[in-house]
Amino acid sequence: MNSMSFVWRLCKRNWRAGELRILALALVVAVAAVSAVGFFTDRVQSVLARQSNLLLAADLALVSDHPLADSYRQEAKRRGLAVAQTMLFPSMATHGTESHLAEIKAVDERYPLRGHLRIAASSSAPMGETARVPAAGTVWVEPRLLGQLGIAVGDAVKLGERCFTVSAILRFEPDRGGDMFSIAPRLMMHRGDVPGTGLIQFGSRVSYRLLVAGAEKPVEDYRIWLASRLQRGERLEQVSDARPEIRNALTKARQFLGLSAMASVILAAVAMALAGMRFVTRNLDACAVMRCLGASQGFIVRVHLLQLLLVGLLGGLAGCMLGYLAQEGLSRLLGGMLLEGLPPPSPLPALQGMLTGLAVLLGVVWPLLARLRDVPALRVLRSDLPLPTVSRWLTFLPAGLMIAALVLWTAQEVKLGAIVVGGLCGFLALAALLAWGAMRLLRRLGRSQTGSWRFGAVNLARHPAASISTVAGFSLGLTALLLLTLVRGDLLRNWQSTLPPDAPNRFTINIQADQRSALQAFFQQERMPPPPLQPMIKGRLIAVNGKPLDVSGFDERARHLTEREFNLSWAAQMQTDNRIVAGRWWTAEETGQPLLSLEQGIAETLGLHLGDWLTYDIAGETIKLRIANLRKVEWDSMRANFFAVAPPGTLERFPASYITSFYLPPPREDMLNRMVKAFPNVTIIDVVAILAQVRSMMNRMAYAVQFVFGFCLAAGMLVLYAALSATQDARKLEYTLLRVLGARRCQVVAAVLTEFALVALLAGLVAAFGAGVLGWAVSRYALDIPYTFDASLLAWGTGSALAIIPFAAWLDLRGTMNLPSQRILNSV
Amino acid sequence: MPTPVIEAKQLSKHVTSSEGPLTILHALDLMVEAGETLAIVGASGSGKSTLLGLLAGLDVPSAGQVRINGVALDQLNEDGRAVLRGREIGFVFQSFQLLPAFTALENVLLPLELANRADAAGQALAALRRVGLERRLSHTPNQLSGGEQQRVAIARAFAPGPKLLLADEPTGNLDSATGERIIDLLFELNREAGTTLVLVTHDAALADRCGRTLKLEGGRLI
Repeated sequence: MNSMSFVWRLCKRNWRAGELRILALALVVAVAAVSAVGFFTDRVQSVLARQSNLLLAADLALVSDHPLADSYRQEAKRRGLAVAQTMLFPSMATHGTESHLAEIKAVDERYPLRGHLRIAASSSAPMGETARVPAAGTVWVEPRLLGQLGIAVGDAVKLGERCFTVSAILRFEPDRGGDMFSIAPRLMMHRGDVPGTGLIQFGSRVSYRLLVAGAEKPVEDYRIWLASRLQRGERLEQVSDARPEIRNALTKARQFLGLSAMASVILAAVAMALAGMRFVTRNLDACAVMRCLGASQGFIVRVHLLQLLLVGLLGGLAGCMLGYLAQEGLSRLLGGMLLEGLPPPSPLPALQGMLTGLAVLLGVVWPLLARLRDVPALRVLRSDLPLPTVSRWLTFLPAGLMIAALVLWTAQEVKLGAIVVGGLCGFLALAALLAWGAMRLLRRLGRSQTGSWRFGAVNLARHPAASISTVAGFSLGLTALLLLTLVRGDLLRNWQSTLPPDAPNRFTINIQADQRSALQAFFQQERMPPPPLQPMIKGRLIAVNGKPLDVSGFDERARHLTEREFNLSWAAQMQTDNRIVAGRWWTAEETGQPLLSLEQGIAETLGLHLGDWLTYDIAGETIKLRIANLRKVEWDSMRANFFAVAPPGTLERFPASYITSFYLPPPREDMLNRMVKAFPNVTIIDVVAILAQVRSMMNRMAYAVQFVFGFCLAAGMLVLYAALSATQDARKLEYTLLRVLGARRCQVVAAVLTEFALVALLAGLVAAFGAGVLGWAVSRYALDIPYTFDASLLAWGTGSALAIIPFAAWLDLRGTMNLPSQRILNSV
Repeated sequence: MPTPVIEAKQLSKHVTSSEGPLTILHALDLMVEAGETLAIVGASGSGKSTLLGLLAGLDVPSAGQVRINGVALDQLNEDGRAVLRGREIGFVFQSFQLLPAFTALENVLLPLELANRADAAGQALAALRRVGLERRLSHTPNQLSGGEQQRVAIARAFAPGPKLLLADEPTGNLDSATGERIIDLLFELNREAGTTLVLVTHDAALADRCGRTLKLEGGRLI
């Protein structure tokens, strides 16, 4: 017969009768949760990506050591992209007899394509955003250069053959990245003024930059077009080359959003599994009748499969729409506060939601369909015949693999996904085992006890398979939610600790060895805590294990790193924001030994290993140092850090300068003038604006994380409630029978609460333990942030489950208790 | 000589229970001719329902053979037997076996739709009209009385025009007055359609209305 038309009619009948409604409701809620989290995550990620593009002042930057071919610019314009060009080069800035090195940045009117410049009219004036660039004949300079040259706004500065008027103080430029300790102060000028200075000669060290911005797709297409045409000395700059503190925070925010999406998929799977089981169980007798009336086994499977597909497609579409509306509504509600101008989401989350819903629906229900196929037609005559059970757990393996694949897909990171999937599989087995043990115990206890609670406890033990599935399902869902709660806490704590309110906002470099005690005394005199001083020596890596450094096999970044001088330092103790990943830190006895502690990232980039001997050229003298340990450095800590550190007594003979960082409260800024006067050679770097930029972005990311978390939590609760409703049929009948047999309402309520309190207790315990262990693994190995064991949170999680699940179960059954018993008996 | 509608030879059914092997049916032979009405009577546990299940191809015998209109059931697989049932056999059960999610009309439509009949709706409507339920078409089973549910089941059994009607304790769940009206209806429709009727019951009065009665005792026909 025509399966499709029959299926359509069957669907309509089952829908009207409510048979499909709970399944469809679970599907709609699950897909809505997955797609809403997906949509929102997608939008937030777009914003975060755009925010991170501020660090380039563009969406894409092409950097070259020679003038760029005009064809690059033409092509970008042809593609409708905004284009700006800048030049960077070092030059002496002169005022009267004073000359100082400055980092010149020559920009055109379109600069910056992303973000804003901030300037001030004078040293003491507040800074403000500007859409302009220095006009022809004028320059903007950093306060440091003003101090060095002893000038003020309105004075003249000579660059090469031309004089310029200082028209503003440059306080902030979005793409001011790089190594803040080795750069000279900035002087910004109009690009059109550069030829007149005569500074650019053959062999001048100029960095030419082409900045490009536009919509995501054309920019990406242009990047691909450009990548294949790059000439020698030309490279594309990514956000990953920009500020590490933002980059790390951004990566972690993305990982958290991935984790949230994963949690919503897991919750969807739980809901679908429980609702799917109910659907199949309720259809067994109908299938026996259909078999008796002439339906083949193949037809039964086909009809149910098509029915599920139809529900999956329609429910999935409805879920996607609901998900879109939910996130749109909430984005509008919170978007302004969260991030201004959320971009529209891509259609991918809708596809992801649909696929998740369909895959989980079919994956979970497929093995159960075998029960429908094999239901004995003889049941129409003998209702005592046992129903077929799913004989092997192995039949659920494809479903499990499919869900695992979906979770990995949504995580978009193998390591994070693998930790979560692997951990959850383990805890699912633990939950099932614990539930099985508890069922046995309850059965035994039930025999010797009396009272309403006994009925609840025994009721749980009476249906071990259903109870184990319920406990396992709730454990999984609660674990996902608790895990998210824990990781969110760790992440926010990590961000807060990265930039505490008193994070250093001034860096001081060029402190000479003989100025150390005077500087300490100066701070004491100013009633400021004396800052710790760190030695800094410039050295060039020239050989590894006795062989001259061969850069031919290095990539561009590695080559770039070896071409410049390293900042080496020495220390007896490791900095608190560093962590040893290989080898060990030196002891006091090893003072003076030729040892080196190397940053892990640079060791990987340069292919260096523990035990390798590195030869450095320091001021014309060579020194050999053995790598004693590799360190992981928190580059996002906004503290001075070194790639290479030696033990005390190793590098002291080389000329060193010292650096320090300190927090200067805004009302104490006058101290800087006294400091400059007392230590005229010392350079003070103001990172207030950079800190503000980083703080603002981290706050936005924290908002995003909090919001997605809250959304996920709400969706999760809804999904679990739908799952709970899906398992209530048998209970409705049993509790109605109790009422028929004379049980008082309070006795039934006590039994329901007991039964679900036990479910909640078991699930809550497994979830607390599981989330605790998984939270540690995710924080430690995937996000790479310190893990805080939060026993109170886990206790709170279990307690909430104990309060909410029995209440929700009672809420669901409450309506039933108000209906005449006969109606319930007829309808179940 | 016309082919018998049912031909069972040396039909046996053994099962293994917790107390060891148990024989429910002992090598019984049975032949039912077209148009015949046969009652199989016996006490509870005598094997009546097991025999009915074997005759309908809902279960497979441990030994022996069943032929329905000349077709040996043991030559057919599970799906083949289902197709044969859909084509040749109608059922009336003690517990009605109506699909709870379906209305009266939809329940009667089900075998017609499964057999892909043209004008299934018209036939189902006619069948329900014939059992006096034309005003209850859109009612679901839980909105119908026991007698009404059994009338829907009778309409469903007759609607596809089966050659053989198997009825298992059709009045078992009904009070005597309702049961009597149901039996009147069943026999009336059977007469009109010329269907062969095999009826399993422990009700002697009901058995008396059939043309032939066989008694099943301890798994043997006597």
